[in-house]
Amino acid sequence: MSDKKLTLKKRLHILKHRFRGKKMAPAFNAIHTFLFAPDETTHSGSHIRVADDLKRTMNTVIMALIPVLVFSFFNTGYQHYSAINGFPDNFSLVNDFLNWDNFWLGFIKVMPLVIVSYGVGLLIEFIFAVIKGHEVEEGYLVTGMLVPLIVPIDTPLWMLAVAVVFGVVIGKEVFGGTGMNILNPALTIRAFLFFAYPTWMSGDKVWVQGAVERAGTPDAISGETVLGYLAQNKGDEMAYTVSDMFFGFIPGSVGETSVLLILLGGLFLVFTKIASWRIMVSAVIGALVMGLIFNGVVEAGWIGQSSGFYGLMSFEFWKHLLVGGLAFGIVYMATDPVTGSQTNRGKWIYGFFIGFISVMIRVFNPAYPEGVFLAILLMNVFAPTIDHYVVRGNIRRRLNRLKNATVLPTNSGEEAKELKVETI
Amino acid sequence: MALLTKKDTSLILDPLADNNPITIQVLGICSALAITAELKASVVMAISVLFVLGVGNVVISLMRNIIPSKIRIIVQLIVVATLVIIVDQVLKAFAYELSKTLSVFVGLIITNCIIMGRFEAFALGNGPWRSFLDGIGNALGYGVILIIVGFFRELFGSGTLFGYKVLGDPVTKTGLYATGYENNGFMIIPPAALIVVGIIIWVQRSKNKALIEEN
Repeated sequence: MSDKKLTLKKRLHILKHRFRGKKMAPAFNAIHTFLFAPDETTHSGSHIRVADDLKRTMNTVIMALIPVLVFSFFNTGYQHYSAINGFPDNFSLVNDFLNWDNFWLGFIKVMPLVIVSYGVGLLIEFIFAVIKGHEVEEGYLVTGMLVPLIVPIDTPLWMLAVAVVFGVVIGKEVFGGTGMNILNPALTIRAFLFFAYPTWMSGDKVWVQGAVERAGTPDAISGETVLGYLAQNKGDEMAYTVSDMFFGFIPGSVGETSVLLILLGGLFLVFTKIASWRIMVSAVIGALVMGLIFNGVVEAGWIGQSSGFYGLMSFEFWKHLLVGGLAFGIVYMATDPVTGSQTNRGKWIYGFFIGFISVMIRVFNPAYPEGVFLAILLMNVFAPTIDHYVVRGNIRRRLNRLKNATVLPTNSGEEAKELKVETI
Repeated sequence: MALLTKKDTSLILDPLADNNPITIQVLGICSALAITAELKASVVMAISVLFVLGVGNVVISLMRNIIPSKIRIIVQLIVVATLVIIVDQVLKAFAYELSKTLSVFVGLIITNCIIMGRFEAFALGNGPWRSFLDGIGNALGYGVILIIVGFFRELFGSGTLFGYKVLGDPVTKTGLYATGYENNGFMIIPPAALIVVGIIIWVQRSKNKALIEEN
C-alpha cells in the first residue's frame, strides 16, 4: 500500500493528533477507540496486566445478549401472528416459531428500538465527553443493548429517546459518568418510562406488536402476560404451559421471555467471570424464599380465593423464576459490577434481597404485577451501605481474633498466655 | 439619599441568584415539591410567601428590642401564624378553588424554613426597612424557583400553562398531540420537582464557579 492511500485507521489517527488538546478531541478519540484498539501505550511502568479492558468486558455482555435479541425477533412475530390467527394446535418449533415471517416482523420492529437506544445514548456520551474534555466512556455499550430488551415492543421511539436522555444524564452523567453511577442506567430508563407513560408500559395491549394501534377496531388483539393473568385472579384462563414459560413463547417485554437463553447467557457470563454467580444464586434463593412464604400463607388459609392477592400468592414458588423479567433482571441487571455490592458477603445479601423484594412487589403492587426493576434499583441504592457494614464487620472480626489470640508456648513448661492487642 | 443604597439593592438581588434560598441554602424544599405541579398554584404560593415574609420581617424587626430572647421563637410563630391565617382567609374568600388545590400547604407556610430562617438571621438584628427588603428579596428568590419548576412541570406534565392548553388537547388529539406526543406522567409526581430543582442547581453552579464547594 502506498503512503498516499490512507486507511480509515490512519485518517482517524492523524485527525486525533491534529485535534489533540482541542475541544473536539474526545469526539475523534471516541470514534477511534470504538472502531480500533487504542494505539496509546503506557508511559510509566505498568503494574497490572490484564487482557480484558472495559470495552472487552462490555462486548462479552453484549455477546451474551445476542441470543436473547435474536430470540426476541422470532417471539415478537410469533406473538403477533398468534394473537391474530390463534395459537397453533400442535406447536412445532421450526414451522410455527423459527420461520421467516416471524423473524422479519420482529426484526423491523425491534431493530428501531436498538438503533434509537444506541443513537441517542452514544450521542449524549459524545456530548458529555466533549464538554468534560474526557475520553469517551464505553459505559453505554451494554446499557444501549439492554434498554430495547426491557421495554414493551410497541414503545414509541420518541418516548424511548426521551427516556434514554433522562436515564443517561440523570442516572449516570450527573454522578460523574461510567463507573460513578449509583443506579443502573438501563433500569433508570425503564423506571422513567414506567412512571412517565404508564399506559404504554402496562396492561394487556402493549406486549403484543400491533395491539395498541388495533385497539377499538374489529381486528383488536391483546396479549396478557402471565403475571397479568395472575394479578386478575385469572390463572386458570391462561393457556401457557410451564415449558412455554421456560422457552419463552409468552408475551412480555422484548427480550425478557426466554429463560433458557437467559440462563445460557448467564452461564456464559459466569464462565467468563464477567458477572458474579453469588448475586445470581442468592437472588434466585431470595425469590424462592419469598414465593414459599406466599405459598405457605395461602396453604394456611389466611388468604381466600376472593382476595385480590390470591392469584399471585398461590402461584407455585418456583414458577416465579420463569415469568416476567426476574430471570433477565437477575442475570444482566443485578450483576452490574458498578451498581451492585462489591464484597462477596455483600453480594449474597444484595442478591437475596433483589429476589425477595421482586416477588414481594409482584404480589403487592396494585398498579403493575412486576417489580424486578424497582427491586434492583432499590438494592442499587443500598449496595454501598451493605458493603460498608460488611467491611466494618470484617474489621471487627479480625480485631476480635487478634484480641483473643493466644501465644502458644515454645517450651513445654511455659503456659500459653494471652496476646495483648495493646502490645502490638 | 437614594431610596436604595448599594447594600439595600444587594439585599433584594442576592437571594434571587447567588444566595437563593432554595438552590443554595436548600430551604423550603417541601413546598417546592408539593405544590409546583401547576403554575397557578406556584404563583399563588410565591405571592403568599412574599406577603408573609415581607410583613413578618417588618413586624419582627419592629419588635426586636422588646422580645425576650428566651421566648422569641414563640413570638415569631405567633406573628407568622397570624399572617398565614390572613392569607388563608383571603384565598378562601376570593379564590376558593385555588385554596382547595393548595389545601394544607398554605397553612404549612408556617413551617417553611425560609421564613423562620429570615426572622432569626436577619429581622432580629436589623431595622424595619432593611428587613423588609430582605424579606422581599428572599421571597422573590423562592418564588422564582417555584415558578420555573411549576412552568416545566405543568408544561410537560399536563401540557398546559395556567390551565390554558398550550400544546393542544390530549383527548381530541389536536396540536402537538396529533403527532403522537403524550403528557409525561412523571412530571406530575413530586419526585420530578426534586429532579427539576436539581437540574436548576446544576445549571446555576456550572455557570457560577464561585458556588462550587471544595472538598
